[in-house]
Amino acid sequence: MNNKVRINNSLGEVIFDIFNYLFLIIFSLVSILPFLNILASSFTNDAEIRSRSFFIIPHHITLDAFKYVFSSNTIMNSIFISIFVTLIGTFINLLFTVTMAYPLSRKNLMGRSFILNSVIFTMVFSGGMIPTYLVVKSLHLINSYWSLWLPSAIGAMNLIIVKNFFEEMPQDLREAATIDGCTEVQILFKIILPLAKPMLATFALFYAVSHWNNFMGPLLYINDSEKWPFQIILRQLIILSRTATQLDETQIAAPQESMKMAVIVVGMLPIMLVYPFLQKYFAKGIMTGAIKG
Amino acid sequence: MNAQIHPKLVKDKQYIISRKPKVTKVITRLKKDKFLYMLLAPGVLYFIIFKFVPMWGILISFKDYSPYLGFWNSPWIGLENFKTFFMNPDFFRLIKNTLLLSFYNIIFAFPLPILVALLLNEIRVKKFKKIVQTLIYVPHFLSWVIIGSITLVLCNTQDGVISQLLFKIVGKKIDLLADPNWFRPLIVVQGMWKDCGWNTVLFLAALSGIDSEQYEAAIIDGANRFKQLVYITLPSLKSIIAVLFILRMGTVLDNGFEHIFIMTNALNRNVADVFDTYVYTLGITQGAFSYSTTVGLFKSVVGLILIQATNLISKKFGETSLF
Repeated sequence: MNNKVRINNSLGEVIFDIFNYLFLIIFSLVSILPFLNILASSFTNDAEIRSRSFFIIPHHITLDAFKYVFSSNTIMNSIFISIFVTLIGTFINLLFTVTMAYPLSRKNLMGRSFILNSVIFTMVFSGGMIPTYLVVKSLHLINSYWSLWLPSAIGAMNLIIVKNFFEEMPQDLREAATIDGCTEVQILFKIILPLAKPMLATFALFYAVSHWNNFMGPLLYINDSEKWPFQIILRQLIILSRTATQLDETQIAAPQESMKMAVIVVGMLPIMLVYPFLQKYFAKGIMTGAIKG
Repeated sequence: MNAQIHPKLVKDKQYIISRKPKVTKVITRLKKDKFLYMLLAPGVLYFIIFKFVPMWGILISFKDYSPYLGFWNSPWIGLENFKTFFMNPDFFRLIKNTLLLSFYNIIFAFPLPILVALLLNEIRVKKFKKIVQTLIYVPHFLSWVIIGSITLVLCNTQDGVISQLLFKIVGKKIDLLADPNWFRPLIVVQGMWKDCGWNTVLFLAALSGIDSEQYEAAIIDGANRFKQLVYITLPSLKSIIAVLFILRMGTVLDNGFEHIFIMTNALNRNVADVFDTYVYTLGITQGAFSYSTTVGLFKSVVGLILIQATNLISKKFGETSLF
């Protein structure tokens, strides 16, 4: 809509605008109020949580809940595991996705449409949870972190978007480089990849978020409680209501309610930290490319 | 036919190799793109091992699979598992739970992002638009464990904020987490909270792709905002909505394993069990590999049929189709 064209708004349109703004304000609030409440609750004590109803600013500020969380071996261990799994997993994801997408972006590659159609087929039909589990089992990957990295190494949708991105890069660059005597390897590493940095960053973030959030993978494939990543521990603590003492046998008196809040906040922390960057790249229209594709 | 070449001639190289021209062409192309195929290899291997091999695993639903006997030695029992499944009273409970959840989602959660995107598109103050966008898609990046935890904490009957609110409005205590009657609404609302904002932003991106000249021409012709909406905006969205709807129909038997799994407990299991969680419980925790694969196969095949059917219907109506 062109902002420069002034329209004389009728009364109906003004009323519509007012309701529109109101609705959108409420909608935005509903989206973020739950965490603001939980964030506030994590910085206060159990007594306040129980006595007050909804609040965003705590009266008594204390770091007890976080102190407890950071002192718990089980929780901290699982956080480090999650970080480790996320970093390596994201690297593997990018490696596999980019190396497969680049050749598929060359339109005269033999076998290209066969491969692409096969990939699209996997988006509408799959073997299912049990056959995949049996394959992972037969590869002896159960209880290994590789079971968290390999079965999801490439997201079919991501592959297609990255491929489209490579396709849209101007041919002339590659042709000029070939004339100058570059090999394929050099073209890929010295010209294409540097130009693709924003896109790579975006997908790195998407893959990283999915690793951090991954619950089903560890649930299915990791049986050793020492190897459980953060999401599993989070579920134990809050959804299965294992109390903190059951989990850890620590001597520290655990603040129950605010501790739950603190653990949730820690679970959301990486996402919140990464969010401004996501915003920046996202807004640049990567998604417009996805929609066109 | 490759020509038989006399050994004497081979040394002289006075012959022409009569390979089929096509084969030569193929080999040349393969050689030329050697590097590209090397790059392709890991990804293709991934798809074969983790996507296509499990598709063969579906065959175990026709066998009485035992991990000790392995795949090849487990006895073939044909459609036994399917018969057992269809006659199991659980079957109807599963279908009912799964379909009801999906339909509620399609009715409430599918149109909402479109509506919000259209509303947001009418906002002319850019800053407001941007802030709203930033805020509404935050929940999309949270894990289901986090969302389940937030729900638990807020709907806790003792001191949960939402429970207190409901008590004030309705006057009696409602346990959202345990009451089977509230399970489906809760799930649908959670899903909307998580994904509506994200989907709204996707639609907004599509809306911003509409040619502004069309709007300008319409304004000159005297169309007010409502007419612009009906005659320009909506028709441009038709194809995207159609494609997304087809895809949504194809996943009607999918409910999001993690989501339902996190929210299922002993008290609401009757309404909460859907195909995805049933396959997990039977297959992984109880080890009934063959039977649970049968359930999973049923789900995948129905999904495939539904996508084809919706795709065909879309074609008949003259809309864009997926394939």
